Amino acid sequence: MSAGPGVTHGTEEAHQPVFVGAAREKLDALFPKFPTKQACLLPALWIAQQERGWISGGSMAEIATLLDLTPAYVRGVVTFYTMYHTHPVGRHFIQVCTTSPCHLCGSDDVVKALLKETGCGELGATSPDGRFTVIEVECLGACGFATPILVNDDFIESTSPERVPGILAGYR
Amino acid sequence: MGYPHPSHPKETVVLSKYFGDAAARTHKGWVERGGYEGLKKALGMTPEAIIEELKASGLRGRGGAGFPTGLKWSFMPKGDGKPHYLCCNADESEPGTFKDREIMRWTPHALIEGCAVGCHAIGAETCYIYIRGEFTDPWEVMQQAVAEAYAAGTIGANAMGSGKRIDIVLFRGAGAYICGEETALMNSLEGRRGNPRIKPPFPAAAGLFGMPTTINNVETLAAVPHILNRGAAWYKALCLSNPKSTGTKLFSVCGHVMKPGNFEVTMGYPMKDLIYEMAGGMRPGRTLKAVIPGGSSVPLMNRAEAESALCDYEGIVEKGSMLGSAGFIVMDDSADIVYEVYRLAKFYAHESCAQCTQCREGTAWTTKILERILKGQGKQEDLGLLLELSEQMTGKTICVLSDSCAAPIVSGIQKFRSEFDAYLSRARAPALAGV
Repeated sequence: MSAGPGVTHGTEEAHQPVFVGAAREKLDALFPKFPTKQACLLPALWIAQQERGWISGGSMAEIATLLDLTPAYVRGVVTFYTMYHTHPVGRHFIQVCTTSPCHLCGSDDVVKALLKETGCGELGATSPDGRFTVIEVECLGACGFATPILVNDDFIESTSPERVPGILAGYR
Repeated sequence: MGYPHPSHPKETVVLSKYFGDAAARTHKGWVERGGYEGLKKALGMTPEAIIEELKASGLRGRGGAGFPTGLKWSFMPKGDGKPHYLCCNADESEPGTFKDREIMRWTPHALIEGCAVGCHAIGAETCYIYIRGEFTDPWEVMQQAVAEAYAAGTIGANAMGSGKRIDIVLFRGAGAYICGEETALMNSLEGRRGNPRIKPPFPAAAGLFGMPTTINNVETLAAVPHILNRGAAWYKALCLSNPKSTGTKLFSVCGHVMKPGNFEVTMGYPMKDLIYEMAGGMRPGRTLKAVIPGGSSVPLMNRAEAESALCDYEGIVEKGSMLGSAGFIVMDDSADIVYEVYRLAKFYAHESCAQCTQCREGTAWTTKILERILKGQGKQEDLGLLLELSEQMTGKTICVLSDSCAAPIVSGIQKFRSEFDAYLSRARAPALAGV
């Protein structure tokens, strides 16, 4: 249904509001912390992603209404930041650091092991069982613990090809 | 959460004293270790007196630029009736640098204390701590610590009973290296794309939400309470080489060393000892080839430069590079300089916000040319082309991301020319496949 990052076709299912109940309460608690509603945009996007796993065009429009912005403006912000997903991803989203310090310490082999063991085959693809998506990312800020990976919100340090099967076993 | 290694006996531990001590993470534990004494003292001082103390200490910004902190704080207007803001830059994303992360996950209250002192000194009631989105552990630890500090009345409507309001708000980034640039950080906080702003106006005049704002790095703010506690003279005396660089500094050492990690030493410490003693030196049978000392945004140092450099702001400039954020990327003789320079260019191309032509085009094209060289398809004129592009990328853009991309390219070609020539002459097999 999705042709790639930032592209959502008209076939998207009817949008069910994200900001109801607890999610709405979280957003409302943010407003007093900032002098403008717009400043709540990044936090609101995080809430939407935590609720739905990704940020759909419908979520963007909903946030735009709540923060007095336009949907196009919200989309412009969403697509600037690499951590917001503009299309659905595997249940476990794996980010591997491959910037220079990690590259020096063998991050390419970690990537290969992850692609093989998850069955993803290639970067950015979701495994046939829908469980995993693996992407390469730039510096994760843990260069002394090469190679760090993020599995969803779990920050795992000092990984190696040998450790990959054990790490993945925890997410099967 | 693994880490850390025990301190090396030659370290001067001030900021890192409680790294590894989980009990120091709690408000109670922090107070038991002498924490919040600096804030208590600060709240009894006038903002002017705090700023004078910082100026006298010689503390300079630990985020990369090395600007004197007391002077920066003194730029904030007085009696203007506008809200002032303090921003703490915890967007640590400079390749090779991983020190702020350790401060936040081991001593979160040190940062909260520094932020609270900063708020009082610059007349701000609110401090926003901008933490990069990937730092999930530091985020959790900081959230817990801020909640504890509110509950204890250390911050909030009446901080430590001083009658002053100090609010600390955590803000999560969402994946953008450029948001570590101070004006991009402010835009991001305001709910915008993280594009750097043209200066002037400088943040002290018109910053976050258009109001007077000061932005400081995590390590800078964490050092402030120690200075107030122990005095400017004590801090200023922590200096091995140059009186312009004082205090202790956390050096992140990574890459081809036996024991990567953060090491806290007095400014002016020899780089050779830092790499060979503290970080365990090279792997067996390997020799040092190059160091990028400032995070990745500075020129490469060759072995002779690195082994003779003193680690402070001036000492590293003297040896052809810059201290930057003090993340040392160490490469031994197995490293392919051309590939590493290419990998860094690719990083900057990915992270360019694309506002300025020189950066958007320059980072992309230098990456493509380096890729071509690595595929064995380089042309003799490519090195001249890279240098010419780098020239156009330096000093001509809103922020320094483009300069940062050019620095390793230019220094790589200047200092390791033979490695580029080996690819160009086809003496070396291509490192990248492809047509």
